Amino acid sequence: MPEPQHRQATIAAIAVALALCAATASAQQPLPPPPTPNTPRPVPPILQSYKAVTAERLKQPEDSDWLLYRRTYDGWGYSPLSQITTDNVGRLKPVWTLQTGQVEGHQAPPIVNNGVMFVATPGNQVLAIDAKKGDLLWRFKRPIPEDILLLHPTSRGVGLLGDKVYFAAADAVLVALDAKTGKELWNAKVEDYTHGYYMSLAPLVADGKVMVGCSGGELGVRGFVAAFDAETGKPLWKTYTVPGPGEPGSETWPKGDQWKTGGGSVWITGAYDPATNLAFWGSGNGGPWMGDQRPGDNYYTSSTIAIDASTGQIKGFHQYHPNDSWDWDEVNPPVLVDYQHNGKTIKGLAYVARDGYLWWLERTADKINFVDGKPFVKQNVFKSLDPETGRPDVDPARQPGTGKKAEFCPSLWGGKDWPPPAYSPKTRLLYIPANENLCQALAGSPVTYTAGQRFTGIAPENSIFQIAPGADHIGELQAWNLDTGQKVWSHPLANSPLWGPVLATAGGVLFMGGTNDRYFRAFDASNGKTLWEFRTGSGVNGVPVSFEVDGKQYIAVQSGWGVDAARMQARLNIERPWEFPDVPQGGSVWVFAVD
Amino acid sequence: MDRQTQHGCRIERRAALGLGICFTLAPGLAFAQADPTRERPREGDVLIATDSDKPTPLTPGDLEVDAKQTMVWPMDAASGVVRNGSRLNKVLLLRLDPAGFDAATAERAGDGVIAFSAVCTHAGCDVITWHADRRLLECPCHNSVYNPMEAGKVVSGPAPRPLPALPLRVADGRLVVAKPFTGRAGFQQV
Repeated sequence: MPEPQHRQATIAAIAVALALCAATASAQQPLPPPPTPNTPRPVPPILQSYKAVTAERLKQPEDSDWLLYRRTYDGWGYSPLSQITTDNVGRLKPVWTLQTGQVEGHQAPPIVNNGVMFVATPGNQVLAIDAKKGDLLWRFKRPIPEDILLLHPTSRGVGLLGDKVYFAAADAVLVALDAKTGKELWNAKVEDYTHGYYMSLAPLVADGKVMVGCSGGELGVRGFVAAFDAETGKPLWKTYTVPGPGEPGSETWPKGDQWKTGGGSVWITGAYDPATNLAFWGSGNGGPWMGDQRPGDNYYTSSTIAIDASTGQIKGFHQYHPNDSWDWDEVNPPVLVDYQHNGKTIKGLAYVARDGYLWWLERTADKINFVDGKPFVKQNVFKSLDPETGRPDVDPARQPGTGKKAEFCPSLWGGKDWPPPAYSPKTRLLYIPANENLCQALAGSPVTYTAGQRFTGIAPENSIFQIAPGADHIGELQAWNLDTGQKVWSHPLANSPLWGPVLATAGGVLFMGGTNDRYFRAFDASNGKTLWEFRTGSGVNGVPVSFEVDGKQYIAVQSGWGVDAARMQARLNIERPWEFPDVPQGGSVWVFAVD
Repeated sequence: MDRQTQHGCRIERRAALGLGICFTLAPGLAFAQADPTRERPREGDVLIATDSDKPTPLTPGDLEVDAKQTMVWPMDAASGVVRNGSRLNKVLLLRLDPAGFDAATAERAGDGVIAFSAVCTHAGCDVITWHADRRLLECPCHNSVYNPMEAGKVVSGPAPRPLPALPLRVADGRLVVAKPFTGRAGFQQV
């Protein structure tokens, strides 16, 4: 029984509630029925006329749209829109902004289909927005399990097909939403989050399938790419990036069951070549981190892998560095681009690696061939590359091991981490958001696998982040001519690392954020000169895009600092206390246009 | 302690039902009742090492002063049910000189032994690193550093809030949970 004073409070509370109800009812007769959660929200006109996304539109998108992670399957990150030019970009102004209500790294591109924008954010959230006006059309949010171990709390975007929106939820579940209502149509379990698998990538929609992979390389996962039927969510195939016994490449995992926890996670959206139906995926480093704990070359970790989208069969691969010991995931897909080499046109792949090298490869229907490679940042690990295969000759003094400390450059975050480069067919330049002058000391420790737990074999005290002596900058936007193999220009960013994906446009303007001063900037694509800058509330980690509505060109990007950008910033402040500013978190979507 | 209070709702049960609030607690209650291994540590639970083959309740003497944290699971002393069904139940123990404790920490200590949720409040990794020289805990994933002698407060790094403490007492020589976690275990969702 409640105590007397509690009983009195109870009675009083009920009396007040009843009195309020009675007063409200008498003042507003007759009462309209109150909206309830069961009342469907009216579909806004812009969604009633939602334009279905077809396979053809994905292959040949209208200039006005941004339907894929990098707009086109070739991974260029290039918009053919040209209203915004080097001459008028100085007049670029915000049109609208919208808070996402989330913290951590906001990395996804705003995906735009015929004036409807879809934005994925941390917190398992997708927003549908009127791209021109900024009206929030619907919001989908999936609860994140409280016991998940989410090392990289972010999302890199959604995929589209038909009237569906595909979202790779953090808890390793693929979700299909109704583009018009935001309601979940189906979901499909991709893997078990309690075993360290989580998702952070934008699904790749191609060949009638939705392809995804999982993060979790620090947690003893076995990487894979999995395909699901785009209409029903039925699982179609699952291809591991670490081969099992008897499979091709299993000889590179000679020791016991190490392949079961071998890493090779897949956490960035692949590129795709419709001509060969090959999807090109990047894979993470091996696990645990120290190569001497998992002898062998460890196929297909730290590689680009060409997977037949119809069957899941691996048709070709290039491993950038065997038996990784530096935490150099190579998870970006290569850019599909044809370039000149020794007087010949190569049907090529260009890959900006975390290992600090820019790689030129050749793509065929059943093989990836090495063409060339050269460092784009300070790199002291590879003494040379084999001219035929590209296999690096590793300096043993620069390879850490179990109980063996080694110093090396670039750092474990690499010459470029996840932010994608961009390629402009107009300038024929590849734009790289690089981090220069960063190095690392690492030493490993023995580690025992426990499901869902950290499995790196690195104690924090044995991972020392370093700024190279004499360094005058870190972040550096670079432009490379893929035909000549030369760096054409670079734009150093004095007091900041660079965590900014790049957008190239036909107007000759590049857009990029990624610095700790919270600016979003425009650069001249021909020479790297800053043309415009705007300061947002947080650091801009998002993939910028361009789209057009009613004949007007817009630029869109998410602001929201977090994940590895924030972690690197913390490490820099340990190296050089107070030289690097505190960057507040909190996400927002920004859309800009020229008046 | 009644269940509403334990799960963070302080409204008296009958009033809550009468006004139609606190309904959101129902699934959690049903779940907790269904699986005691997932229930958060309760008053009277004893503590056993996560890497131990035998469920032997720990005593203060099992812990070395200033040594690296010991990871433990709570165990219902009567039924012997080990609450290892949720990783959010993992607890870290330290034995330190109580002279350095602040008031809150001193009140929660049992013979110099203090306990915290082992799960970082930032992204949910286990807090496995111990800096003996500075007597600080660190999460290896994103380098959040906590001070166990000041109620688990965040010293540096991205963690948004302290490590929840688990108040202890010593009964019959054994370490026993005195009260539930002082806050929600695990990372914070927005």
